[in-house]
Amino acid sequence: MNEVIAQRLANFQAGKADPIALIFFAIIVAGTLMITYWAARKTKTTSEFYAAGRSVTGFQNGLALAGDYMSAASFLGISGMVALRGYDGAIYAVGWLVGWPALMFLIAEPLRNLGKFTFADVVSSRLKNRPIRIASAVGGILVVLCYTIAQMVGAGKLIQLMFGMPYELAEILVGTVMLLYVLFGGMLATTWVQIIKAVLLLFGITILAGLVLFKFGFNPANLFGAVSDTYGFETMFKPGGFVTSPIEALSLGLALMFGLLGLPHILMRFFTVPDAKEARKSVAYATTFIGYFYLVIPIVGFGAAALVGQEFITGIDKGGNMAAPILAAALGGKPFLGFIAAVAFATILAVVAGLTLAASSAMSHDIYVSVFKKGQATEAEQVKVARIATVVFGVAAVALGILFKNQNVAFLVGLAFAIAASANFPALLLSITWKKFSTRGAVWSIIAGAVSASLCILFSPVIWVNIFGFEKAIFPLKNPAIVSMSIAFLAAYIGSVTAPEPESQEKFEQEKIRTYLGVGAE
Amino acid sequence: MNAHEIVNSDRFKKLVRKRWTFSYIMLAILFVVYFGYLFLISLDKEQMIHLVTPNITLGIALFVAVIVIAWVLTIIYVLWANSSYDKEVEELKKMLK
Repeated sequence: MNEVIAQRLANFQAGKADPIALIFFAIIVAGTLMITYWAARKTKTTSEFYAAGRSVTGFQNGLALAGDYMSAASFLGISGMVALRGYDGAIYAVGWLVGWPALMFLIAEPLRNLGKFTFADVVSSRLKNRPIRIASAVGGILVVLCYTIAQMVGAGKLIQLMFGMPYELAEILVGTVMLLYVLFGGMLATTWVQIIKAVLLLFGITILAGLVLFKFGFNPANLFGAVSDTYGFETMFKPGGFVTSPIEALSLGLALMFGLLGLPHILMRFFTVPDAKEARKSVAYATTFIGYFYLVIPIVGFGAAALVGQEFITGIDKGGNMAAPILAAALGGKPFLGFIAAVAFATILAVVAGLTLAASSAMSHDIYVSVFKKGQATEAEQVKVARIATVVFGVAAVALGILFKNQNVAFLVGLAFAIAASANFPALLLSITWKKFSTRGAVWSIIAGAVSASLCILFSPVIWVNIFGFEKAIFPLKNPAIVSMSIAFLAAYIGSVTAPEPESQEKFEQEKIRTYLGVGAE
Repeated sequence: MNAHEIVNSDRFKKLVRKRWTFSYIMLAILFVVYFGYLFLISLDKEQMIHLVTPNITLGIALFVAVIVIAWVLTIIYVLWANSSYDKEVEELKKMLK
């Protein structure tokens, strides 16, 4: 049995395009482009372009949300982290799930009832439209941009490793296919690409974990025993440097939990379902799929450590990102490696497509139509501007992906979550729940949150010490959320108290019928 | 009743209050569970490698427990909203004519 694995590992060569992988890859791309062709005929109005005509069911949206969230970074990154660092990887995985229940309890239903295409619609619904639009669109674009750069750089490296394609070509390929989905199929095509990818990914990790457990008599305890025997019990199962002090733990936990509630590409999915009830159902399905995903991922990681070996994994990629694909090759041979590689590729395409759509809606719907045109634009003009914004962002994503080629971009995901939790989330929550929230409060909160989160990260050990090489960090915590979120809420309070708006307080009361009963929701 | 009267009715106010009370209780449970887990790890790392059953550490058991509890809380919210909240919403909407 183990000879087969050794034989397959000996055959494994990174950077060599495997014909089976290429066939799977071609099938996935062809299939998704056919969906785009079908969706393109249904996508003519702005509501269809941004919100799939609000025709998505709760179950479908749950899968699409899970697809948006289960990025290649989680699939490859966390399984690799578990394979190399053991239990610490699992602690990280938990944090990615706990935002979902919070999203459900706090904002899912009111968000759906109050919103149209973007979360800025909700924040600005009862306040002065223009300043808020600009602030929240900028906050949203910042988050999406950080997230996109991290995805694009990760994607380029992954494709380079798996298909042996040059990095720049990989970037352009991802950019082109993704642009085709968004440009022609809009939200409907993007949603279906996400659904397909989520199903393939869940199917893939189930098979992978099943094959691992099969080797250990379907008992995880045997797997953990084998891992301990090889690498030492304490090394793999004792929590290490990931969570150091309680305050560091609290700050990281807050960023992961509430960052989700400020991610524009996740929030905009809630406008694709017909009503609040379907929005609620979509979170329940998404939480189910994502919870399952994070329960299974450590089995894949520990399996890779036990069956492939850490040395082999780090020999292919130092960060351990190839642990899952190598494990697939070891357990299922080339066809399975081909399948997993293609799924990882589809994952990147789908996530970048979702991000691009979110950025383009902020640029066209929030900035161009609402601020420059003051809401006076025809349907045809709005769709045209949305498509131009899509191309602009897509080209920028490819260019930035190439520019950041040799940078360590892991901190960008942390930055995206910290800004989302500090700039977008407080303003969104307060606009739904706090009567006295005013325009100045909202603008101050978004700016204070974004600026303080960015500065704290710049001065944190992660950048100030590790990247700039200074001896001591100015800001002591690795994650700024506990400080920057407090600043954002404080700024919201001071701004709202110093510039109260009686008319928006009156509007808040009137709007309740829409917030809670869904009467008048679009 | 018109929209203005509905919003000012006791029944509507009670519904809004009930919705947020329930949400915040669920959020508080989630906080205790997740941040409790992180605090335990940050305060006592030795405790986490205590074996619950052969080869399964307390850390692994808690990892599974936090994920399962987070999921169960979400499902409880949906069940509550589908039965209790939605019914009230439907009746209030009927009054709005």
